[in-house]
Amino acid sequence: MPTRNQLQSIVPKLVLAPSFAMILLFVYAFILYTGYLSLTDSKMLPSYGLVGFENYSKLWQLPHWWRALTNLAIFGTLYIVVCSVLGLFVAILLDQKIRAEGFLRPIYLYPMALSFIVTGTAWKWFLDPGIGLEHTMHLWGWESFSFTWIKDRNLAIYTVVMAAVWQSSGFVMAMFLAGLRGVDNEIIKAAQIDGASTMTIYRRIIIPLMRPVFLSAFVVLAHLAIKSYDLVVALTGGGPGQATELPATFMYSYTFTRNQMGIGASSAMIMLIMIFSIIIPYLYTELRGGPRQ
Amino acid sequence: MSMPSADNATQVNKLARGLIYIVLILFAIYYLLPLYVMIVNSVKPLSEIREGNMLALPREFTLDPWYTAWSTAQIGVQATGLKPYFINSILMAVPAVAISTLLGALNGFVLTKWRFRGDNLVFGLMLLACFIPFQIALIPAARILGMLGLAGTTRGLVLVHVAYGLGFTTLFFRNYYAAFPTELVKAAQIDGASFFQIFRRILLPSSAPIIVVTVIWQFTNIWNDFLFGASFGDFKSQPMTVALNNLVSSSSGVKEYNVHFAGAILAALPTLFVYIVSGRYFVRGLMAGAVKG
Repeated sequence: MPTRNQLQSIVPKLVLAPSFAMILLFVYAFILYTGYLSLTDSKMLPSYGLVGFENYSKLWQLPHWWRALTNLAIFGTLYIVVCSVLGLFVAILLDQKIRAEGFLRPIYLYPMALSFIVTGTAWKWFLDPGIGLEHTMHLWGWESFSFTWIKDRNLAIYTVVMAAVWQSSGFVMAMFLAGLRGVDNEIIKAAQIDGASTMTIYRRIIIPLMRPVFLSAFVVLAHLAIKSYDLVVALTGGGPGQATELPATFMYSYTFTRNQMGIGASSAMIMLIMIFSIIIPYLYTELRGGPRQ
Repeated sequence: MSMPSADNATQVNKLARGLIYIVLILFAIYYLLPLYVMIVNSVKPLSEIREGNMLALPREFTLDPWYTAWSTAQIGVQATGLKPYFINSILMAVPAVAISTLLGALNGFVLTKWRFRGDNLVFGLMLLACFIPFQIALIPAARILGMLGLAGTTRGLVLVHVAYGLGFTTLFFRNYYAAFPTELVKAAQIDGASFFQIFRRILLPSSAPIIVVTVIWQFTNIWNDFLFGASFGDFKSQPMTVALNNLVSSSSGVKEYNVHFAGAILAALPTLFVYIVSGRYFVRGLMAGAVKG
């Protein structure tokens, strides 16, 4: 009997082991390996001659990298702010006992099911001055209408924001809608009895109650922004010039097309540090409470 | 949770509700517009797109762009259409979804009902894996796949997708099984049921909802992946997203916008179909992935 029991107590660990081993290898060992490569003189292929932090100091001197970081700051800030504001706004409107909610909600959300490559393709031609929006406005008689942002070095990054907001704002709306549905009706009734207007109730009571949703939305959107790659590739290819380059596209081109693997690896490490500094505090506070359902 | 109208303000209220409906419908148009543009322009001849209005319905209806996108368009160097890549995507997504879901279910079972010292650390490490920027893994993953002889193969892509999907699938099942009565598992143990018997006879039969959520989540993510497909795939294994991007961004020859749109819809169809058939579960997956980690 004891042997059978012992066996039974090992089985769960044996079941978990392959998955855990895979994660240890594909995530943590890979991080160490990339971290190590970032300290070496790797060019086209990995090489193991240590050069200290040379790649990092080179990286921070590259205008190209600064361009990518600046773009990420612009893109990330606008993406998070616009998605949150739009998401909350639409969620509040949808929460007014709208009869067509069951019909409208799926329309707001379906872009989330699409690949960023599909989104990028659709918006690339929709914003193209030659055949898209500008052309259409001209045909409608608005001859002076001009919308050439996607071809403009200073404005192209905002077209990435447009497409990304289109794709993700419905999802943020769904998060806020779930949050609004969870608000205790008693609090609102009490405020109404006290004579508070709808506006005041939203501003003073309901929106402050959405704090956890804002936090979740921020974490999800921030990490999506840092990881953004596909959308830029499909929409602008990083161009015109380097106008829409982001850290993820920078890493790819330095590693695989410019044969500067050491610099590519160091940029990947910076991306990892950015994401972990957002995610780890969040997961830590979420997990401390133990599993909830 | 909505505001009941005060009796004396019915007129104002009606006006406000009308406004809300108008705004909500405008948003619906905004979300539907790119899809509409893709659909109407995928059935127009090229000349009509160039000269005509992108928002107009086709004057001359044609399915040629769809045939071209599917079976004769030039992708990379070969004129194969998207069909072989569509098949590649299916051959990649189906096993990757099945394996990662099964492993996630087993892991969730272990982490909730067979707890051991350090299980929270194991889970935390697996959860963190959901958020890493994949740029950190590109260089080592390429080497490992090369060493295993899986470079450029569908099996290699399946392996990578399973590895990076495990965090999410484990999270989903862990949160679901946490609410499952532990007494049932204990009672079955006392009756002498083994680990796998309990899993198959007691846990699995009541897991249908979370299996649906997980399968949809994994399928959407894997089908829509671009980075791994572009980095580790070759002609025999490249997924649909990579082929679509090659089709759209190839610089040679005339830009066949109608073919691009048809291709984009083809790439979007499977995930759109899943979303339309089971949108409820899709949203639930998004929320579980967002709010709980």
